Amino acid sequence: MAAASPTGAVVLVTAVFLASAVEMVEALTIVLAVGVTRGWRSAFEGVAAALAALCALVVVFGPALVHWVPLSVLRLVVGGLLLVFGLQWLRKAILRAAGLKAKHDEDAIYAEQVAELSAAPASASGRDATAFAVAFKGVFLEGLEVVVIVITLGTTSHRLGLAALAAAAAVVVVVVVGLVVHRQLSGVPENAMKMGVGLMLVSFGTFWSAEGVHATWPGSDLAIPALVAFYGLVAWLLVYALRHATAPHADDRPAVGGSTHE
Amino acid sequence: MSDERRDTTQSAPARWLAAFGRFWWDFLIGDTPELFVGVVVVVAVLAVLCLRPGLRTAAALLAPVLVAGVLTASVRRAARRRNP
Repeated sequence: MAAASPTGAVVLVTAVFLASAVEMVEALTIVLAVGVTRGWRSAFEGVAAALAALCALVVVFGPALVHWVPLSVLRLVVGGLLLVFGLQWLRKAILRAAGLKAKHDEDAIYAEQVAELSAAPASASGRDATAFAVAFKGVFLEGLEVVVIVITLGTTSHRLGLAALAAAAAVVVVVVVGLVVHRQLSGVPENAMKMGVGLMLVSFGTFWSAEGVHATWPGSDLAIPALVAFYGLVAWLLVYALRHATAPHADDRPAVGGSTHE
Repeated sequence: MSDERRDTTQSAPARWLAAFGRFWWDFLIGDTPELFVGVVVVVAVLAVLCLRPGLRTAAALLAPVLVAGVLTASVRRAARRRNP
């Protein structure tokens, strides 16, 4: 079975770890802003509640998918889902690397959150509903993408426990690093990590969706690292082509993009 | 009808269903419908090819080429919108 071998497991763990780390950096920015401006107690309660809800989603939906959905259907649906999801990540990372989209600025997001939270009225009681809600929402919404990745990759490769452990390890690493560097999260190479995650999600998505319609991969699961390399080359070529296409105008046109929250 | 007004007239399950639908719409389609449509077309092409057992390896080899085509088309579309 694909991804049951060491090669597939390494790619699976790397993909889940990086995806979880990227999303948790974004969540940590929000939690730090809440903690610093509104106090840590309600912020931590919001984080704990969100993590519990995310774990519950994995525990409920992960085993249910494995037991009730036929493997070929699971691979086809999960493969398609990962392809769409991974292509979105990869497209965004390529546009950012080429300077056509503003990069995620954690410092700007932090400043914006602090300003919003400082303006909200303080709670009279010990518990701060605003702090709880903002921390919960930040961690839960950022974590939902990780849950989808853990469930899809974990169930299809029959390594749900390993995928969940990789995600949990990323949360621990990001929290420890976050406590050490505190507000210097803008130093995290977020776009490079997103590019890596996008490459792996698209590779897994291609692999599983083709297996779901009974295509035969030469070399079985060795095709996964080959797919990562192929899509890496395609991404590099696209960034190179876009940079050269826009180079004459680079001086008078700043990088533009949508929301910094993307 | 505004969102605010709709929220007050819909029942809780209807609001929950609408929010659930919006979540998946944003999650899968959002501002890149061409990626969703492209993936559906790629999988459909692979499924048709795989109806003939002799073409199953060829279908696997064709898959990354088709996916790369979808990605390239979407990136070029975004680049054209930002650099008309």
